[in-house]
Amino acid sequence: MAEIIVVTSGKGGVGKTTTSANLAMGLAERGKRVAVIDFDVGLRNLDLVMGCERRVVYDFVNVIQGECSLRQALIKDKRNDSLFILAASQTRDKDALTSDGVQRVLEELKADFDFVICDSPAGIERGAHLAMYFADRAVVVVNPEVSSVRDSDRVLGLLASKSQRAEAGEDNVIEHLLVTRYSPERVAGGDMMSVADVEEILGLPVLGVIPESEMVLQSSNSGVPVILDQQAPAGQAYADAVARLLGEDRPMRFLEARRKGLFKRLLGS
Amino acid sequence: MGLLDVFRKRKPASAAQAKERLMILVAQERAQRGGPDYLPVLQRELLEVIRKYVNVDNDDVQVRLDKDGDQEVLELNVVLPAGGEE
Repeated sequence: MAEIIVVTSGKGGVGKTTTSANLAMGLAERGKRVAVIDFDVGLRNLDLVMGCERRVVYDFVNVIQGECSLRQALIKDKRNDSLFILAASQTRDKDALTSDGVQRVLEELKADFDFVICDSPAGIERGAHLAMYFADRAVVVVNPEVSSVRDSDRVLGLLASKSQRAEAGEDNVIEHLLVTRYSPERVAGGDMMSVADVEEILGLPVLGVIPESEMVLQSSNSGVPVILDQQAPAGQAYADAVARLLGEDRPMRFLEARRKGLFKRLLGS
Repeated sequence: MGLLDVFRKRKPASAAQAKERLMILVAQERAQRGGPDYLPVLQRELLEVIRKYVNVDNDDVQVRLDKDGDQEVLELNVVLPAGGEE
């Protein structure tokens, strides 16, 4: 039986889609069967980040409306046989996603996969609500920055009250924080909140910390999730997060600022 | 810190400010979250009524709903301005 993981944040632009792509790829690389769904109706982007934008024929809404089968709409990743992508629809109809429809698709996927990753749109409207509603586990993506941290707390509140598990009085959705765009240098300089600060404010331990890196941008440019680059710190950090999702114990890396040379330190720049 | 920093004017670290502001805000928002939706409206209307008689700030009226076992307590806290009646 599959586990449903929602990747959410409240605030936009913090790295939800990048994180969904990397967690999905990472879990698939670890031999799990993974389906990743783009819930951002009207603003499809996961396909682009995963590099399969030219292979989208049918989308999530087509499946819900019965215009094709789930099997027809799932795009198999070219690099990994056990990874499948379900693209968002480009329709402007905000009501295209129905609760019943989403539940039906998720149930069908659960029978075939080990993990179903739901890439939530920004905000707390319908799409975001449906992406988190059926989740067993949530990865809340947060930047160490005031508005992102505040919105994350709002989303954590919604997970605790407005999910199917909460409404049915079952065990809570398991919540994780994933800090992205982390710059140890700026933390050392006192201008960015540290991981410990974010953990203390939100009262949750982090699943992973992804360092700010130009490689993340390069990887979306080329449609290859950074986790496939074993040399890239951001890729290694995502691989650690995947291992922790699977219950492994991994020490946090990339939290320390790179040491400057003596000369630079003397100049204090 | 480098030697030259001694001669620079150092600004207070903004991350510490961010953390402090967020700790307060998150605590506040969490306290409201469990409560019924009418609480903010109630607070606003009470504020309007109180303002007819006394000059108080937005922050001077606090409405809280506390759960004590199966009993719910609605607590209204109004800070009156110093100096008493005008």
